[in-house]
Amino acid sequence: MTDGPRVDRLLDPPYDAPDYRSSELRHPRRSLIHLAAGPTELHGPLFGHHRIEPSEADLIAQPTGEALGERIIVTGQLLDDAGRPIAGQLIEIWQANAAGRYAHEDDQHPAPLDPNFTGAGRCLSGPDGTYRFVTIKPGAYPWRNHQNAWRPAHIHLSVFGRSFTERLVTQMYFPGDPLLDLDPIYQSVSTAARRRLVSSFDLDTTTPDWALGYRFDIVVGGLLATPAEA
Amino acid sequence: MPRPTTPSQTVGPFFSLGLSWLDAGQLVDPDRSDAVVLDGRVLDGGGAPVPDAVVEIFQADAAGRFVPDTEPDWTGFGRALTDAGGTYRFVTCKPGIVGPSDAPHVDVSVFARGLLQRVITRCYFPDEAAANRTDPVLRSIADEAVRASLIARDTDEGLRFDIRLQGEGETGFFAC
Repeated sequence: MTDGPRVDRLLDPPYDAPDYRSSELRHPRRSLIHLAAGPTELHGPLFGHHRIEPSEADLIAQPTGEALGERIIVTGQLLDDAGRPIAGQLIEIWQANAAGRYAHEDDQHPAPLDPNFTGAGRCLSGPDGTYRFVTIKPGAYPWRNHQNAWRPAHIHLSVFGRSFTERLVTQMYFPGDPLLDLDPIYQSVSTAARRRLVSSFDLDTTTPDWALGYRFDIVVGGLLATPAEA
Repeated sequence: MPRPTTPSQTVGPFFSLGLSWLDAGQLVDPDRSDAVVLDGRVLDGGGAPVPDAVVEIFQADAAGRFVPDTEPDWTGFGRALTDAGGTYRFVTCKPGIVGPSDAPHVDVSVFARGLLQRVITRCYFPDEAAANRTDPVLRSIADEAVRASLIARDTDEGLRFDIRLQGEGETGFFAC
């Protein structure tokens, strides 16, 4: 065992989650070492110089035609844990198509592929931290974690804050999905924190005669837990 | 107003769809005189390679500077997806000193299916024995094996930094 103060991240899921089978051989067994953030942890990359076109935030308007499915707009603010907007940072998303299949060679779910949907997009947050994607609502899909296991519909998000400590990869879910109660990945998060993974339907974002709107704010931060007993 | 953070979730098995567009394996031009290959394997608790991991690094430049005080083409960020053998590979340079008694180090994150949140570690350099002895983070670790797990090995090609997620030789992981 490691000496020194031990810490846990209270708001993040544990590494060891027996109901999520893939974690069995991939979770550290030793306690985490407390790292007082130094200059390397308190800085981060900037991606503003990468050319990211506005079209990369639109997953449905492909050169070959429009993706099939229920059009949605996913928008929100990228914020730090003091509630301040984070401008100009990279947000990457990927997701299954409307039938619940990823355009990935390892996805063997026998649901149709959509030739007009790659399921990947990216953007930089705006001056007030706002981001916005146009996509289709992903389908639920089965996986082999346990008997008759299905993942709730979700969109994967990868975000950069201002520093290494603020890096976050997460998943956004949809309100009212009955599969949330049965999903060990969603359920791995504490009851109080889970709702922050669920987007909210938003009529103001919804575009008449065109697409439903969902809001999902993303809040990144460093360590919020206090050191536990050594 | 303080806001509770958004919890982490696993990157899952299909992240290459969303993350492979960013070609960030080379932090410096391989022809630069101080360019070094930093590679290694990600291994699970059974010693098997993890072929579906994303390894990201972040570091200061050779002068110990960070964006935006650096050359225009420097980000300090690298991203590499492991191959079928669990191997990742970067071309980078040794970072400069960033703190009074710090040894040069590269911050490392690993994301993978089965990891509900990333693991974080630091990679130190084997030719910096004296600095490694004074580095406050290394000094805070009493367990010699854990400390050793944070120091890369010399190879013919450059530096090797294997990351063992669990079990014998488990890499020291941080919360920060």
